[in-house]
Amino acid sequence: MAVCIAVIAKENYPLYIRSLPTQNELKFHYTVHTSLDVVEEKISAVGKSVGDQRELYLGLLYPTEDYKVYGYVTNSKVKFVIVVDSSNTSLRDNEIRSMFRKLHNSFTDVMCNPFHNPGDTIQSKTFDGIVSGMMVPPG
Amino acid sequence: GTLFSPREGTMADEAPFQFLHNEVLQYIYKSAENGETDNGRNIAKLENMGFRVGQGLMERLTKDTARFKDELDIMKFVCKDFWTCVFKKQIDNLRTNHQGIYVLQDNKFRLLSQLSAGKQYLEQAPKYLAFTCGLVRGALSNLGVKSIVTAEVSVMPACVSDHKMIRKIFS
Repeated sequence: MAVCIAVIAKENYPLYIRSLPTQNELKFHYTVHTSLDVVEEKISAVGKSVGDQRELYLGLLYPTEDYKVYGYVTNSKVKFVIVVDSSNTSLRDNEIRSMFRKLHNSFTDVMCNPFHNPGDTIQSKTFDGIVSGMMVPPG
Repeated sequence: GTLFSPREGTMADEAPFQFLHNEVLQYIYKSAENGETDNGRNIAKLENMGFRVGQGLMERLTKDTARFKDELDIMKFVCKDFWTCVFKKQIDNLRTNHQGIYVLQDNKFRLLSQLSAGKQYLEQAPKYLAFTCGLVRGALSNLGVKSIVTAEVSVMPACVSDHKMIRKIFS
């Protein structure tokens, strides 16, 4: 279960950010923003080594004191970032992977929606629902 | 290769898209105001339509593929998977000067296959190519490749269609 989920456009601006309604939401925005550098690093490593580097899932980007940040980049250069609480040790790698798959599938549906303009922020209720299902419940 | 002959199973898939494409064409040209000459606006409409479709289609097609190595990798994907998805066949020939220009050749371009041979129809060909040019441009754009896509038809009976792609590098 995530504390923050973000979708970043290829031009590196947010298409969607949802975080737990704490007083310090800006902190999550900052965390996501700094994770973009790590994402760039990981992507530019592709081509220099074969195999796993061609995966879309980037794995753990970096840990902070309180959180762990995971990344995923689509072929269309859209980045998904999931932030989970460090204390959540029960969350396994394949669970994170499947969260990203769900996000990617839902994002693809948004892209194919003729009423959605690529580059606009994501306004889909369905997408909201998918994300809600992955976030730590409020309260 | 496929287990069944090319004819079997393909009619049902291709025909709706071809018919829809032709209807879209008719609609756009009819709804242009009377007396208004087609100063490229209709072509632009078709191209933009194709662009948006290309973006969405590419998003869906690349959802489960590995990350692309480089530009050539992307072009090969367009020639094989993408072209097959839309036209049920691959591009017949891909050439490049390795400096950003790619020529995709389709010897039996589906959207032209219903037009008769003959020079008088040759000048109508651009209308039939606009959507597809947009499709390719949109697909590439979604992958982060900026391009200009143009197409030409050289010989109608054989429905040869050359797609020239000129990519400008924006750094």
